[in-house]
Amino acid sequence: MQKKHFFISGLALLAASAVAVAGPKPAGGTVSGKVTYEGTPAKMKPIDMSKEPSCAKMYTTPPLAETVVTGAGNSLGNVVVYVSAGAPDDAAPSTAAVFTQKGCRYIPHVLAFQVNQEIKIANEDQTSHNIHPLPKLNREWNKSQPPGTPPITEKYDKNEIFAVKCNVHPWMHGNFAVLKNSHYAVTGDGGAFSLASLPPGKYTITAWHESYGEQTQDVTISGSETKTINFVFKAKPY
Amino acid sequence: MGKLLAVVLVIIALASAYPIVTNMFELPKDISTHGHAIDEQIKDTMLEAGISFVGAQLVLAFLVWSFAGRKEGSALKNFPGGAKIMVIGAFVLVGTEILALGVMGQKAWANVYFTSPAPGALQVQAQAEQFAFYFRYAGPDGQFGTIHPDKIDEGNQNYFGLDPANDVAARDDIVSGELVVPVNREVQLLMHAKDVGHSFYVRELRIQQDFVPGLDLSLHFTATQIGKYEIVCTQLCGLGHYNMKAYLNVMSQEDYDKWQKEQSTQ
Repeated sequence: MQKKHFFISGLALLAASAVAVAGPKPAGGTVSGKVTYEGTPAKMKPIDMSKEPSCAKMYTTPPLAETVVTGAGNSLGNVVVYVSAGAPDDAAPSTAAVFTQKGCRYIPHVLAFQVNQEIKIANEDQTSHNIHPLPKLNREWNKSQPPGTPPITEKYDKNEIFAVKCNVHPWMHGNFAVLKNSHYAVTGDGGAFSLASLPPGKYTITAWHESYGEQTQDVTISGSETKTINFVFKAKPY
Repeated sequence: MGKLLAVVLVIIALASAYPIVTNMFELPKDISTHGHAIDEQIKDTMLEAGISFVGAQLVLAFLVWSFAGRKEGSALKNFPGGAKIMVIGAFVLVGTEILALGVMGQKAWANVYFTSPAPGALQVQAQAEQFAFYFRYAGPDGQFGTIHPDKIDEGNQNYFGLDPANDVAARDDIVSGELVVPVNREVQLLMHAKDVGHSFYVRELRIQQDFVPGLDLSLHFTATQIGKYEIVCTQLCGLGHYNMKAYLNVMSQEDYDKWQKEQSTQ
């Protein structure tokens, strides 16, 4: 009897996962919108990489710092938009999030991934890096990565957003956003985001920017509707 | 066997002196106004130490040669007056030598370290940190903004901790990873370390000065030749020490003015 029960529930699980992979998009609502700023954002300065010629020569004009990235129509990039309350925690996906050191910069500047999801940190430069993420709740470490070293694999087990720096190149700066569920997005310079497959319910959506701080909005989803919410950050000239 | 040792001693002494006498290892080019005095001092030291070295080795070889092959049982001869006179003599000789070098070298050293720069010297602030040098210029207003260590934000290129939001003098400060100076103009370098001890060394400038955390140090120099020279850290400062360097870029006054203008508009 028990065996049979197991068998049936196993089958049901199989069927459910088959639907999730191959079937139509799971029902649910979507929260989408745009992140913009008001005021005058600080002018980003070019990064002086003269001390690291192997990186400096990769650019025809020096790249700009990426603390504030903007686009047309006052849109704001590098903002993490995520469901901070209302959604259950999700299991980590099996694919790794990739963080690359290239041209003595971090690509992407902001990497969002889930709790316990694997992250792969690659060094594509002809110089050594020493990656040093600065979490407060998770365990802190720093690792040297000479050129040609295979990617470093790491995981974080607590929900937190923190800065990442390189102990060798002072200008290198990025961010890790370790999130609890799979409903998140990082805006490009167009500022748009879309959080899909949210079952009906009440959610708190948080938008985080590394120098303009955090904003939250509550939204209620019923059925498979798409709700639009926008975030406006106050830019600082300095 | 003893005579062979004497011959080997002579060979070693002469072979060591050869590259120095023939100037096999030349000093790097000197691009500073004070460097010639340091080069003179190095040459004097080499000459004086070289003569003492070769002389001492030859005397040693001579003694080894003359006392070699002593017969078993024959009495040992002592230097007249015993070892005491030899030791005192050595003290006086070496002491005089070191003192003389010190007194003569005072000129070269004091010119860089114990004098003030001329009133019109270009002031540049140098900050050493793991593992890079950053240089700050006062900008068009000629005034340095105040430093606030709590405002240091390297991801945002604020290496010195300036506060442009509240401090007007800081807004036009120029921060560069390269030390750009005009040729033939005196430069005063105001040095501080952000974290641990570092050192500023440009061999063509004949300057090597440590950065000491907590101390504001200053030195001055005039570069006389246009070009790009390496600035290296010569004080072991951590894992990236080998990679801690910057460039000294000596430009014509015209190019320097252009560079300053470019930097100001960024």
